[in-house]
Amino acid sequence: MSSGWIEACKADDIDAEDVIRFDHDGRTFALYRSADDEYYATDGLCTHESFHLAEGLVMDNIIECPKHNGRFDYRTGEAKGAPVCVNLKTYPVKVEAGKILIDLG
Amino acid sequence: MSEAGIVIVGAGEAGARAALALRENGWTGAVTLIGDEPHPPYERPPLSKAVIVAAGELDPPTILDTARMRDNRIDFLPGATVVRIDRGAHRLALADGRHLSYSQLLLATGSRARPLAIRGSQNLLYLRTYAEAIALRRRLQAGMRVGIIGGGFIGLELAASATARGCEVTVIEMAPRVLMRGVPEEIATTIADRHRSAGVDLRTGVGINGIEAQDHRQVIVTADGARIVCDEIIAGVGAVPETALAKDSGLDIENGIRVDGHLRTSDRDIFAAGDCCSFPHALYGDRRVRLEAWRNAQEQGATAARNMLGAATAHEAVPSFWSDQYNVTLRIVGLPDTAVSTVTRRLGDGACLYFHLGADGRLMAASGIGSDSMIAKEIRLAELLIARQRQPAPDELENPNVRLKSLLNS
Repeated sequence: MSSGWIEACKADDIDAEDVIRFDHDGRTFALYRSADDEYYATDGLCTHESFHLAEGLVMDNIIECPKHNGRFDYRTGEAKGAPVCVNLKTYPVKVEAGKILIDLG
Repeated sequence: MSEAGIVIVGAGEAGARAALALRENGWTGAVTLIGDEPHPPYERPPLSKAVIVAAGELDPPTILDTARMRDNRIDFLPGATVVRIDRGAHRLALADGRHLSYSQLLLATGSRARPLAIRGSQNLLYLRTYAEAIALRRRLQAGMRVGIIGGGFIGLELAASATARGCEVTVIEMAPRVLMRGVPEEIATTIADRHRSAGVDLRTGVGINGIEAQDHRQVIVTADGARIVCDEIIAGVGAVPETALAKDSGLDIENGIRVDGHLRTSDRDIFAAGDCCSFPHALYGDRRVRLEAWRNAQEQGATAARNMLGAATAHEAVPSFWSDQYNVTLRIVGLPDTAVSTVTRRLGDGACLYFHLGADGRLMAASGIGSDSMIAKEIRLAELLIARQRQPAPDELENPNVRLKSLLNS
């Protein structure tokens, strides 16, 4: 198991109000950049049918899984109603020297 | 008997979603959810796909388990059939003799497989419920010859699933092409090609004279004289809305239970949602439609719940539909038959989007085919363009380098 802060990508790799995929040590994550340039990280797969959230749509603070439109607040991982009812796990993120670091715990 | 509350007849997607939405919107009175199957509410889309092809027998893909219903104080009556609505007394009669009072009622009775009425059709298999899916799964064994009557979504999804189980599949469709209803021809052609390359014997424009028995097997006799010997025959020839209860209680029926834009029936204390109802769609000039789709069932369940609590929200969600066959997903948003022209955007890897424009250039519908990781997000963005009644420039729609999200914000 990996632990601690892991360098994921460059800050510029993610467009504002968008999401990318990050894989590390057999696990997959979704990294978000909000419209106001805050960065967040969650588990990569939707809790409904395991579709990758990096294929999804970021709008405001919501990531919407495009498979069946499950919605989560990507800042907290909170499931926002049908068809998802299980929250997403989130991870601390920091930006250092233009790099995104994610704390895998 | 406890105080009359809101009663929901039908524990499918629309009914289950409505029950939860009542709680999410602050309703503290009683909620009773009545289902005629023995299981807690479950999702139907996997029945024709994952449930058939899984290595083992899957449990029903539950929407609302017993614990969650208890947490939300949803009183669930499984295996119960409502036989009568006494609208004057606001009371339901159940087949087992019980009676139940309601203050407001939601009919979410769904639809059922349309029976195929042809000679010799008594042993055909159908798919609607989890029990039927498991029965199908047990019957479809490798090497079997399976005949599927109907080249609609259920027929084609089952053709893909039966092929995955190693069956030899023949699909017979009476219409000149598969997916005649609501699917653009370009997409239907791609899907048909995919089935043929998987080895499915797909015959379109072929009528059926009847089914005959022959040496413990069944034979489909087609109008053009062919005899197709099958170990099993499945009929997927559409669904009919479950309206008997509504009709018997004198509610207006028009291709389903007739509701207004707020999903209210001709009785002000009775609403309907999902496959069973037809409603005027505000985005399409109040054209009356009935949708058989998972998303619609969910969204209408939620809308009906809010309106039962006094919200008066019109149901304006863009119709949305998907089908997974093999490794290909087909998605449709909006009503393609309201469009007069189509613009194509090719995404590479065989993935394609089609934008269906109205006479005034408004985006009325969009459809896509390809791997879902290529098309799902794009179709979702198209859905937002449709909801906002945008008139995107055709050359921008065509150009894969123009991001759809940018058209949304422009």
